[in-house]
Amino acid sequence: MHKLLTEHSGQKMLLLGNEAIARGAIEAGTAVATTYPGTPSSEISVTLFQISRETDLYFEYSTNEKVALEVAAAAANSGVRSLCVMKHVGLNVAADALLTLAYIGVKGGLVIISADDPYMFSSQNEQDNRYYAKISGLPMVEPSSVEEAKDMVLYAFDISEILQQPVLFRTTTRINHSTASVSFGKIPKSKMQGEFTKDPFNYVTVPAVSRNLHAKLLKTLEKAEKISEKSEFNFLTGNGPLGIICNGVSYSYVADAVKDLNAEDQIKILRIGFSHPMPQAMIKHFLRGCEKVLVVEEGEPYMEEAIKAFAQEDGAVISIKGKGQNLFSRLYEFNPALVRQSIATYFDLPQGSKKTINLSDLPEIPQRPPSLCAGCPHRATFYAVKKASEGMETICPTDIGCYTLGFLPPLSMGDFLICMGSSAGSSCGFSKITNKKVISFIGDSTFFHSGIPGLINAVFNNHNFTMVILDNGTTAMTGNQPHPGVDMQKRNLEGYNRVSIEEIVKAAGVSHITVIRPYRVKKSVTAIKEALNYEGVSVIISRELCTLYGKSLKKQKGKPFYVTEKCKNHRDCISKLACPAFFIKDNQVIIDPVLCSGCTVCAQICPEHAILPLKDS
Amino acid sequence: MDTTRLIIVAVGGQGNLLASKVIGDAALFADIPIRMSEIHGMAQRGGVVESAIVFGNAKSTIIADGEADVLLGFEPLETLRALNKCNSDTIVISNLAQLSPFTVTLGSGVYPNLKSIQALIRAKTAKLIAFDATALAMEAGNVMSTNMVLLGALVQSGKTPLSSDNIKKAIVNRTKKKFVEFNIKAFELGFNTAKALA
Repeated sequence: MHKLLTEHSGQKMLLLGNEAIARGAIEAGTAVATTYPGTPSSEISVTLFQISRETDLYFEYSTNEKVALEVAAAAANSGVRSLCVMKHVGLNVAADALLTLAYIGVKGGLVIISADDPYMFSSQNEQDNRYYAKISGLPMVEPSSVEEAKDMVLYAFDISEILQQPVLFRTTTRINHSTASVSFGKIPKSKMQGEFTKDPFNYVTVPAVSRNLHAKLLKTLEKAEKISEKSEFNFLTGNGPLGIICNGVSYSYVADAVKDLNAEDQIKILRIGFSHPMPQAMIKHFLRGCEKVLVVEEGEPYMEEAIKAFAQEDGAVISIKGKGQNLFSRLYEFNPALVRQSIATYFDLPQGSKKTINLSDLPEIPQRPPSLCAGCPHRATFYAVKKASEGMETICPTDIGCYTLGFLPPLSMGDFLICMGSSAGSSCGFSKITNKKVISFIGDSTFFHSGIPGLINAVFNNHNFTMVILDNGTTAMTGNQPHPGVDMQKRNLEGYNRVSIEEIVKAAGVSHITVIRPYRVKKSVTAIKEALNYEGVSVIISRELCTLYGKSLKKQKGKPFYVTEKCKNHRDCISKLACPAFFIKDNQVIIDPVLCSGCTVCAQICPEHAILPLKDS
Repeated sequence: MDTTRLIIVAVGGQGNLLASKVIGDAALFADIPIRMSEIHGMAQRGGVVESAIVFGNAKSTIIADGEADVLLGFEPLETLRALNKCNSDTIVISNLAQLSPFTVTLGSGVYPNLKSIQALIRAKTAKLIAFDATALAMEAGNVMSTNMVLLGALVQSGKTPLSSDNIKKAIVNRTKKKFVEFNIKAFELGFNTAKALA
């Protein structure tokens, strides 16, 4: 049985924030969960995927976040509790559905998890998704800890059903990827089968219907504010004439800082967990009891601006600050020391002396950036494309996945990236407006997510570029989640169909399609050359299973290779492939047999044919 | 209870996430409040993996620069890189087996001299306990047990509220059956080596 299905109410377990959220969903009686994987949200869905195989929970990896939200919206409007999980930028993809779903509302609870990523540990931007609550008019809750995250999921479902509105549940990476001890509650017997009652004048959003629904949304928002005013998740701690208002993970830094500064009798803290709509009356009351107020929130001054507006309405003339010089930045994430320092500076409190150390005399420390794995098929593809395009002036739009790492030298394959699927659309623009050869890279999962419309656009508008689809049979970057092109039988999973990338490309009207096996270097180079010379849209599908995924499927790995004495130190293996299985010792090139996956690419490009497979020992 | 802040740094694939889980379980057995935070995602792509572990009643799960009480490094260069987390009272425990970053192989960086790394850490912090944990793991029967060797040294240092018994119980609980024996042996080798160095 999955560890998160334990029935023992009151039992404590160390859980990752994302596992706590998944357990919260189970304790809330979730019937349907949908997602497109994205760090830092991925473990929520991995966990629910596993659980769905042992329970009645319906879980799916949808092709993208918009589809995921639409699936969940239908389920929730059929009366069952539904959860939709995505990373912050995923909500941009789902935003079209979100903003009008807010008009329609829900019958069964619908909770939408937006996992924000301040500092961009694994994202292309650090947008603050609290503004989605504002723009959509939906309630938003934000936990401050792993324990609270679980409890808040149950609360969010309750609020969703009281208001008959989806609830946005916003986390940040430090909640998703922190671990703490969580107490389990009961798992209810819940409704898994839905029923849809037709009501087109509330469900079909033609203008005449939507005019009514928007008015309804604003009324619901008033109700939501009343709930926010009384919410147990908006609470006050401590006493004193100084005030701090904070949210999310910042609350833990604030609480520790106030203790460390011995300021518990000087500072009171208002923690906002129900952050849209803001509890206006509660905040005004809090401001009246403060001489000076500091707003501590990562990201944008979302609360700060609202609080200043409340103060203005209330005629308060106290100093309220948050973002600004010597205080907090809109950039990156906070940490306990930064928050403590800012609190001490703003309220003029003494800070204890620190035993800092001088690091100015440290030698330069070589970087250790993440890289494509040893034997990664993407490396082989990049090498072959580079070889095939020698002498051409190229622009290479890339996309989101492990292969984005190909932009690093020495492969240097990747010139432009905005978002999921952008390689396809941007290739259309580059090929039209420049005279360079455009070669784009997109992974299999990303192709299904949002690459297809760009490709169809290219065919229709008669663009001229080569799209390389890196088909490694999985969604590798986020932990090998399935996608429509994956062979689910290989994973011993029943009940799925498989969508062929070739067939889709063909149906889109692409007339030059080539499938290559990137580990066969010469053949691949020849085939790519031909595709590059084609006038119009050509597609190369480079097909080879992800090395790590292959290992996890317990596929036989190839024999490791070694460098024989024939090596003359050309080092093409290092300077052109940059496979991390290679290292240099005493000026000799060596292959780490533990890392080597036996892909044979280095052996094929070695000018001295000095790389051979190890014999069985 | 007093707060103790522990940073673990490693290269992706060295098993520091498993080490953190073992520590977490051991703390739970002893009813020691514990919070941890990790950076995932790139862990399997050979980058740096960092875990922050906070024992005691603090609410924060991350550790700011200069605020670690103990730094446990699975690789000497990474120990050096994480020195910004230390202060002059920090105890540092480090593996001495080097994993050269690929930037060095490519010639775009130089791996600093191992002796000078140790001298620098020793001069700036309260104490450095350093040895070849990878060799000890091999001696225990499995190179993958390097993380357990280092846990042994960590417990021996007495700087965390963790006991040997609870860590061993957690090893049995958390690690694959066929590796338990190697892991326990590795833990003991680390413990005894750190003791001999102290």
